[in-house]
Amino acid sequence: MTRWSRFNIVSVVLGFAFLYLPIVLLVIFSFNESKLVTVWAGFSTKWYVSLFNNQGLMDAAWVTIRVALLSATVATVLGTMAALSLVRYTRFRGRMLFSGMVYAPLVMPEVITGLSLLLLFVAVGFDRGFWTVTLAHITLTMCFVAVVVQSRLLSFDRSIEEAALDLGATPLRTFFEVTLPIIAPAVFSGWVLAFTLSLDDLVIASFTSGPGATTLPMKIYSQVRLGVTPEINAACTLLIALVAIGVVIASIVTKQRELQRQRDEQAAFAGR
Amino acid sequence: MKALGSSIFSRLVIIVPYVWLLLFFLIPFVIVFRISLSTTAIAQPPYEPVFSLADGLSGIIDNIRQLSFDNFVWLTEDALYFNAYLSSIKIAGISTLLTLLIAYPIAYGMAQAPRTWRPTLLMLVILPFWTSFLIRVYAWIAILKPEGLLNQSLLSIGVISEPLIILNTNWAIYIGIVYSYLPFMILPIYSALEKMDHSLIEAAQDLGCPPMTAFWKITFPLSLAGVVAGCMLVFIPAVGEFVIPDLLGGSQTLMIGKTLWNEFNSNRDWPVSAAVATVLLLILVVPIVFFQNMQAKADEKGR
Repeated sequence: MTRWSRFNIVSVVLGFAFLYLPIVLLVIFSFNESKLVTVWAGFSTKWYVSLFNNQGLMDAAWVTIRVALLSATVATVLGTMAALSLVRYTRFRGRMLFSGMVYAPLVMPEVITGLSLLLLFVAVGFDRGFWTVTLAHITLTMCFVAVVVQSRLLSFDRSIEEAALDLGATPLRTFFEVTLPIIAPAVFSGWVLAFTLSLDDLVIASFTSGPGATTLPMKIYSQVRLGVTPEINAACTLLIALVAIGVVIASIVTKQRELQRQRDEQAAFAGR
Repeated sequence: MKALGSSIFSRLVIIVPYVWLLLFFLIPFVIVFRISLSTTAIAQPPYEPVFSLADGLSGIIDNIRQLSFDNFVWLTEDALYFNAYLSSIKIAGISTLLTLLIAYPIAYGMAQAPRTWRPTLLMLVILPFWTSFLIRVYAWIAILKPEGLLNQSLLSIGVISEPLIILNTNWAIYIGIVYSYLPFMILPIYSALEKMDHSLIEAAQDLGCPPMTAFWKITFPLSLAGVVAGCMLVFIPAVGEFVIPDLLGGSQTLMIGKTLWNEFNSNRDWPVSAAVATVLLLILVVPIVFFQNMQAKADEKGR
């Protein structure tokens, strides 16, 4: 390929170095013997040991994982519904407002979303804690799920759906037996995205959380303000590892499904 | 599609997310606006008047009379807020420009890469996005500190004789924003460039057009939609950014997200923070609506 010139290679390599170097350095220094995160003093896993003995961090991690699991699951259902309404039903009352409400949270500064949800919870007298964070995260992440699923639905051959309906399947059955299996990879990656967004969020969680529901990012943030320690590096490394494993599993599942689908199609053609 | 369009199932599909977003996205803004018109009080919740159906109609009318735009007047009188808005827009604008300058060559290089490599390259751009935002910002503290890794390496190879002071300045914020939002800029530009028909460039070159001119006359205009989308995705959230200025910026850095956070958490002045949020929303409403129209148009094309 002559188009892949030296300039192109250099810019891509430099770009990736910029994207990955800070994360790599952070992981390396989590194994540092010294308390300083900038001077290398030998390999050690002692920060991981002290991390697991830090009850506050462990509690926060547990809260975060529960919030993320619950909110990602509900957000995936709601987001898929929103995507279906946007793609399939081009005309219904208030569609403009609806699409606006789906896209706006994607770019809305988190301080505004967080503050407005907090004021809502206070106005209706809802005690802040686990449930308010979960509700807030559902609202934010369902929009991301909607966008991911929507892009899959747009490239979807609708004649298969129409065939099912013509043959007398109810819309509900058509959805679960025809549409959902086809869009499943997008729904799944939407779930993973929602899960990691929830795991990651600091600002909205800080606004909407209450006593007893401190999430891991809130805990990390309050410790970072006191100073950078290898223990935080260790916590971050574990989070990165968790997400990396999730992404790898997700991509393997997607790939296998894709292969399976291709095999099925070939088998179907061969059978005719 | 009539059969699908009229069933209970399809109604439910529209109504459930619609009502959810109305309840948890739109109505909260109405509440923010309403609280921005109240006054601070030492009470729970810390503002008054508090509307309650128990007051009856006359009580509610009384309460409405108590609402005022004083908080907005206060925002214009105190130079702090005006400067914070201005400096947020400036910082977000400069960062967006820097992000574009860095992202474009990367996206261009990716689009020119051999076809078999592209999915992997794309995956590599998306991957950092999955790691925590907070962690990525935190990682830069150790790098930018006066005794940090950047200064250590620059000192050891003799480029500088004294450590550079980057942390707690606006430069650290620019670096933080560019780093955190880079994938949002690369992805739309890449997808615009990837779709481009390369024979256009070949035609131009066959007709004697120099490569640089061909780039500015053909490639760049064709990628403009991606550039605009990327700029929106970076600029709008960057204006209200809180974590980056708080962790990387100095005490003298003014950004409205940080001001709002402090007003709310330290000063506990809810009405003023609601007013700050309302004005921020008004500033961003034009780019947000623009972004939504762009998204909607892209959907129409995809259909």
